Amino acid sequence: MLTAVTILVDGLVYSSWLFIVAVGLTLIFGVMKILNVAHGGFYSMGAYTAAWAIGLYFNAGWPPAGSYLLIAAAAGIAGTLLGLALERGLLRYVYHRDPIIIVLITYAVFLILENLVLQIWGVDAYLAYQPDTALGTTRIAGLRFSNYELLLIPLAAAIGGGLWWGLNRTRTGKILRAVIHDREMSLACGIDVSRLYTVTFVIGAVLGALGGAVTAPMISVTPGIGVEVIVIAFAVVVVSGLGSIPGTIVGALIVGLSRAAAVHLWPEVELFVIYAVMSAVLIVRPQGLFGRAPLRRI
Amino acid sequence: MTALLAVHHLNKAFGSVVAAKDITVTVGDGEVVGMIGANGAGKTTFVNMVTGYLKPNSGTIEFLGRDVTQLPPRAIVAAGIARSFQIPQIFGSASVADNLLIALGIAEGGRLPLWRALRSRERLATVERVLDHFGILAYRDQAAGLLPQGVRKLLDIAMATLRAPRLLLLDEPTSGISVEEKFAIMDTIMGALRAARCAVMFVEHDMDIIGRYASRVLAFAEGTIIAEGAPAAVIADPKVQRYVTGVPEAMRRAAAAP
Amino acid sequence: MDGTLRALAVAVIALAIGSLWTPDWIVFLATIIIAKGLVVLGLMVLWRTGLVSFGQALYYGIGAYAVGMAQLAFGLRDAFLLVAFGTVLAAAIAVLLGFLLARYRDIFFAMLSLAFSMILYGTLVKSATLCSTDCFAVLPPRFAGMAAGGTLAKNGLFWLTLAAATIAVYGVHRYLASPLGALTTAIRDNEIRVEYLGYSVERAIHIKYVIAAALAGAGGAIVALAVGHIDPDSTYWTTSGEFVFVTILSGAGSALAPFVGSAIFEALRAYATAYAPYSWQMILGVFLLLLILFLPQGVWSLFQRRVRRAAP
Repeated sequence: MLTAVTILVDGLVYSSWLFIVAVGLTLIFGVMKILNVAHGGFYSMGAYTAAWAIGLYFNAGWPPAGSYLLIAAAAGIAGTLLGLALERGLLRYVYHRDPIIIVLITYAVFLILENLVLQIWGVDAYLAYQPDTALGTTRIAGLRFSNYELLLIPLAAAIGGGLWWGLNRTRTGKILRAVIHDREMSLACGIDVSRLYTVTFVIGAVLGALGGAVTAPMISVTPGIGVEVIVIAFAVVVVSGLGSIPGTIVGALIVGLSRAAAVHLWPEVELFVIYAVMSAVLIVRPQGLFGRAPLRRI
Repeated sequence: MTALLAVHHLNKAFGSVVAAKDITVTVGDGEVVGMIGANGAGKTTFVNMVTGYLKPNSGTIEFLGRDVTQLPPRAIVAAGIARSFQIPQIFGSASVADNLLIALGIAEGGRLPLWRALRSRERLATVERVLDHFGILAYRDQAAGLLPQGVRKLLDIAMATLRAPRLLLLDEPTSGISVEEKFAIMDTIMGALRAARCAVMFVEHDMDIIGRYASRVLAFAEGTIIAEGAPAAVIADPKVQRYVTGVPEAMRRAAAAP
Repeated sequence: MDGTLRALAVAVIALAIGSLWTPDWIVFLATIIIAKGLVVLGLMVLWRTGLVSFGQALYYGIGAYAVGMAQLAFGLRDAFLLVAFGTVLAAAIAVLLGFLLARYRDIFFAMLSLAFSMILYGTLVKSATLCSTDCFAVLPPRFAGMAAGGTLAKNGLFWLTLAAATIAVYGVHRYLASPLGALTTAIRDNEIRVEYLGYSVERAIHIKYVIAAALAGAGGAIVALAVGHIDPDSTYWTTSGEFVFVTILSGAGSALAPFVGSAIFEALRAYATAYAPYSWQMILGVFLLLLILFLPQGVWSLFQRRVRRAAP
């Protein structure tokens, strides 16, 4: 009984983290049909910016309360700058290319970003535990959970809710959904798809950076975290159905709970259970859980 | 005598849209059958079902006495039914000759010979002969993706004929082609096919072409066949005039006169 | 015998003889270049079909681990048998996985192939018997029963690699010229048309996938023998990424292109390690970007252009 609760809580925390990390990738794919490998770079940039800023902040002796705003700010600035630079500076010129080519282009950018992180911040690990430890821990079912981690759950819910509200209750959101459905038709209706793409990409970048920034206090920030995370994000996004935000919630839950179960029940498979789940889902439903089946072409 | 193609009570619905309702058709060896109907009447759905792209909800399709209803397209092609497409399906990055070469390579054997090069003198000769029959030999080295529409259509049809099919379904062979060229292209196609003794079913919107080439016409409307017979009779049929061709101006005025 | 095969013959003979007078480290490097070129050759076949596998590291790793395990479990020492074992094992697994993978295209094909390679990686890293990240020393191979010593030690593996590459290049070259090989670009251009001409696209892709896997397995086995040790990093997705990079770098113009690309890549890596060790990813990324933007057909297209201009 204790194990079941532990797995549930652990799973929810991990699922929330997965959602926060992967939802930006989903958004960009849904709207622009691009699998943005550079998302991993947004993540590591966000993590490093946050870790570095937190370091400076606490060295200057400021109180812990402000550090959470700092995390958000770090993500916002890093994501916006990177997103704008990438979309306006490179991607808008290659939208017409083959989707696989665009993926390879974002892969190249990812490599550059990962190395940029190394150049700027060096090889040593950055530790920014303060925002995490400042909140203390809670005992659930015999295990100590960090309150910071538990807060990921409402944070993920807030982000999910915010995106839902944005897509369904605002005019821009409805226009976005039109573009998701049919880009050409939207263009024909006079929608400024180009500007929408920029906005979407920046939001996706900020979300990616937020994933990293929020994670920074929980880990040792080292070069290569982007490389590890991007494949996990792919798994979640592919399971969900490439572009479905509700799907990302379900996908994150499935993957997160599976991993938690693995960690506690069968540790040997922990590292690959994510990909096993992904393979299993794709076998049963080739377009992902919430993906759209391909349309008739002739 | 077994009919070449025998379709019994085909039904197909996409959700609440009925694309085919109780379609029963027989086609004999060497016949030329025209299919007319408004857009969305079910003609292409019919072609898609006969060629295996879609599976009917119920009903059977028999070809040369054999039930082919559930077979995949490649098996149906192997059995002797070929088709061309409304939007020509060709290999855009290859030359016109290469398109046919690839088709020939597949046609020549289920187990494709691995160590024999595709580009052989005899194959190239065959390809040139076919291109000549269809009147597009001049385009042989051009990239298929850059061809004008008429040539694309002819290439599409030429590729379909390489396996010497017994039945060829042409989905709107002259659509997208200017009025002056329609007859020329149909002449070319029918000439090439007549030599091959192949039955043809073609979808067409132009009644002049139907009149000239078809020996029998099927009129589709809302998923059913509302009329069947010789072209003149079908075109004059009041139901067909209502749902497909429209009533000729003179008749309408006559009917409206007191 | 056409131009490609003639060039192949010349190159192989020149390299085989030349290796007798070349310093060890160059022969070693050449072995690695050619072995990795094999992996890229397989990727090239898939690339022509319009597919990118982001998981060739799976078979590359299988080839390597097959060598290690065959030595441990069966006491196998002969280089030829070890490489053959790695190749066949990789191919066998690809036959199984191919049934599934051949149904996917584009992003899903890439992601699913990635997933399979990560499953192997996860298994290897966590597995005690296959000992985590550290181990697996590979014993020096024997050649036709003779223990390695002297010239044979240095060159035996290289000659075996050359032999493997010769077979591979000849095979792929003939394959691409055959009716089945023509189905690579045909499938990429129009799958529906291929089905309607009467051939199963899934089957064609399955076959190409197995070919790519066998080549990757061979490459992995050879590298394991050359380097003398195996680790799970060879199955990590970044390894697959490097192979994809070299595929783009080489282009799909000829069965020889992957080896030229592989050589350029290793030269690039050598320079980067020597002069800018912390910028390797950056160099890779910038290079890849420039390639995709300005030379999408790979370096082989440069060579083709010059050849065409040279002809009257």
